[in-house]
Amino acid sequence: MVTITTTDALRWIVFFPALGFLWNCFFGRRFPGAAKVVGPGVLLASFVAAVLAILQLHALPAESALRDVVFPWVDVGTLRADVGFWLDPLSAVMVLVVTGVGFLIHVYSVGYMHDDPDVPRFFTYLNLFVTAMLILVLADNLLLLFVGWEGVGLCSYLLVGFWWTKDENCTAGRKAMLTNRVGDACFLVALFLLIQHARTLDFVGLERQADVLRTATIGGWSVPLVACLLLLLGATGKSAQIPLYVWLPDAMAGPTPVSALIHAATMVTAGVYLTCRLHGLFALAPDALTAVAVVGAATALYAATIAVAQTDIKKVLAYSTISQLGYMFLGVGVGLPGAAVFHLVTHAFFKGLLFLCAGSVMHALGGEQDMRRMGGLWRRIPITFGTMAVGTLAIAGVPPFSGFFSKDEIIWGGFAGPHPHPVLGVVGYAAAGLTAFYIGRLMCLTFFGTSRVDAHAEHHLHESPPVMTIPLVVLAVLAAVGGVLPVPHVVEQVTGHVRMDEATLVAKAVAIADSLGGLGLAWVLYVLRPELPDRIATALGGFYRLVRDKYRIDELYDRVIYRPVLAMADAAAWVIDRTFIDGIVNGVGAFVVSTSGAWRRVQTGNVQHYALSFLVGALVLVTYYLVG
Amino acid sequence: MSETPISWYLALSAVLFAIGTVGVLTRRNLIVVFMAIELLLNAVNLSFVALARGLGSMDGQVIVFFVMAVAAAEAAVGLAIMLQLYRLRETLNADEVTTLRW
Amino acid sequence: MSIPLFLVFAVLTVVSALVVVVHRNPIYCALGLVSTLFLLALLFLGLDAQMVAVLQIIVYAGAIVVLFLFVIMLLNLQVEERSTVPRPLMAVASLGGLVLGALVLVGIARTPLAAPVPVHGGYGGTEPLAERLFTAYLLPFELTSLLLLVAIVGAVVVGKRRASP
Repeated sequence: MVTITTTDALRWIVFFPALGFLWNCFFGRRFPGAAKVVGPGVLLASFVAAVLAILQLHALPAESALRDVVFPWVDVGTLRADVGFWLDPLSAVMVLVVTGVGFLIHVYSVGYMHDDPDVPRFFTYLNLFVTAMLILVLADNLLLLFVGWEGVGLCSYLLVGFWWTKDENCTAGRKAMLTNRVGDACFLVALFLLIQHARTLDFVGLERQADVLRTATIGGWSVPLVACLLLLLGATGKSAQIPLYVWLPDAMAGPTPVSALIHAATMVTAGVYLTCRLHGLFALAPDALTAVAVVGAATALYAATIAVAQTDIKKVLAYSTISQLGYMFLGVGVGLPGAAVFHLVTHAFFKGLLFLCAGSVMHALGGEQDMRRMGGLWRRIPITFGTMAVGTLAIAGVPPFSGFFSKDEIIWGGFAGPHPHPVLGVVGYAAAGLTAFYIGRLMCLTFFGTSRVDAHAEHHLHESPPVMTIPLVVLAVLAAVGGVLPVPHVVEQVTGHVRMDEATLVAKAVAIADSLGGLGLAWVLYVLRPELPDRIATALGGFYRLVRDKYRIDELYDRVIYRPVLAMADAAAWVIDRTFIDGIVNGVGAFVVSTSGAWRRVQTGNVQHYALSFLVGALVLVTYYLVG
Repeated sequence: MSETPISWYLALSAVLFAIGTVGVLTRRNLIVVFMAIELLLNAVNLSFVALARGLGSMDGQVIVFFVMAVAAAEAAVGLAIMLQLYRLRETLNADEVTTLRW
Repeated sequence: MSIPLFLVFAVLTVVSALVVVVHRNPIYCALGLVSTLFLLALLFLGLDAQMVAVLQIIVYAGAIVVLFLFVIMLLNLQVEERSTVPRPLMAVASLGGLVLGALVLVGIARTPLAAPVPVHGGYGGTEPLAERLFTAYLLPFELTSLLLLVAIVGAVVVGKRRASP
């Protein structure tokens, strides 16, 4: 059992970004210069507060946790959920990632959004996002976690549609929000189930109710299984897995720092965090874990295939993110939450780095995102190139960069983990090869080969200012050496230590060959023989177009889901609302008007008529007295 | 000669009351309507006095005293109103003073 | 009062009342009212209510009807025209009044009323009336005086000729 120590140090971690949000919201416009300092500044303060709290935690004996109850919130019947924060090794890792990487991205944004007229609003939303994300990872109960969950969803919508004057940005924001909503609905139903059977949403409480939940059933189904499947669906919404991933590529319409922070490093990892935090619940439903693993592996491979055929630099990274998140889910599913979180951390480093570098490239080229109009940039923007190269090697899984350690731990777990699924391990290798290929392709198209850059952009070409390149360098260092961080060990202090055999030499060799092979193939196809890709694409014909068009899933959803819903809405609006309800309401009004119109004629103004009514009353009374 | 039974006085009172009621409801001239109202009051006075005598108590007569005082007050104010009404409308015909309506 | 005397007075009273209600000329109606009031005073005397009878003549016949006559004369009211109200309404009203009278008569017929209680000599005079008035009915008495004050003020205020705008 975990020993809990109460403290009031945790609230500051959440408080600083909240303060930044409020400042930027109310005073941002008046002091536009201050927004650039306050925005990143509160993140730094939050990071420091987090570090201090972690030191406090570290001083405690093993199996301890810090709890900070800010104020009582829900106290209904047997359900008690307070606004309380919880710091244990797992949430500590998450907090450091959110505040640390978040800080770097905030600093980068100061440079990237330099020319934008709406900087205060940007930082308002960013700070709000960080506040919500911190609430999510620090919550001590599922209800507060859900508040953070919704909060980050809201901020995602606000930030994706940041440049709202363009319709497609607003549409993308709505798509993100609505797709998330589907997941959130499943999440809520899972919460209801847990309240009904466990009578608590507190993490500590849920552990205690494990025996009750183990045997609970609903409609013949096991409660933990149903709840976990629903939570998995909710997680697929937030973490962009099959089937609710469709919003993430569209969300690239937002500013690049947003893509880096929300759609790579933090928000999308919320689903992974959720499954790790509820490892106890998932342990009661092994089939749910299998489902998690299958969804993760399938998504990893699926998204990787799409990434191969994309031409927009951000879209490649978006599908890459979906794919890498799939790895994290696979990790949880095979029983290695420690490895999953490890990959979460390294992914935050290298994917955040890759997005920021892409932003740097776009900044250098005056906003160009299409890789077909790039090329030969390595000499012109060397710092961006160098840091992006580090990120590429990390994601490709080339040792000794961080990605190798985290990704291959997961793939090996498919073969030798607590819940092994060898088939999924193979799928993992396949996806890894594709990952190396598409990221190599990205690098080659962007930085090598002959320059296909537009003349106008060529003129504009310049390296980014230090306020942008310094975060790149920091992230590059982290992506490079992050492999040494003992994340699995730390996380397993919470989720339970896993005994797994060391990966065999064969496995490691296959992994390295996979990565290098992918990179090599990309070099061959896009630098040495650049005419080949088009020939291959024509040869593959229809299949190639299918992949490039992301398997036309968006079109499918449109046909099967959106159109019927819109049709129902139309029917409701016209038939039910306009005709029926308005008819009733107006009918009541018309009825009243007509009856009153008739009745008002009683008032003739002739006093004697009124006296007549007196007489009638008197007659009634007299009759009553005579008869009764 | 036998005394008239009290109930005969009450019957007379009822008849006078009925006549007064018809007068209130039927006449056009508002002053005459007023007079009919006085008739009603007097019918009631007769009732009270008769019952007072019938029960041997003075209370009925005291009430008649009050009725008279109130009738006097009411007549004074009512006629003042009629006066004003005539000045404004040039008529006291019940059919023509019908503004107390929708 | 003996029965034959009562019947005479009763018939005369009813006739006078009918004059009030039926006659076209308002002066004649006032005359009818005076005669009704006077006859009622006589009936009061027959019921040993001397004080009330005298008050009836002084206050009602003497003051109130005079007031009526003043107003009629002042406004120079003409003979009343034929009614413009739809006939059915008048018929209904008249019928209603008659029905009311009939119902009350039925009620009276049903009520058993004991023979009049013999009364002492001073009954109906000033002293018994005053005794009741200033003991049990003191409050209404005082309030009535207030009422009269209000009526006086009201009559003057309402009846004032407004200064033309």
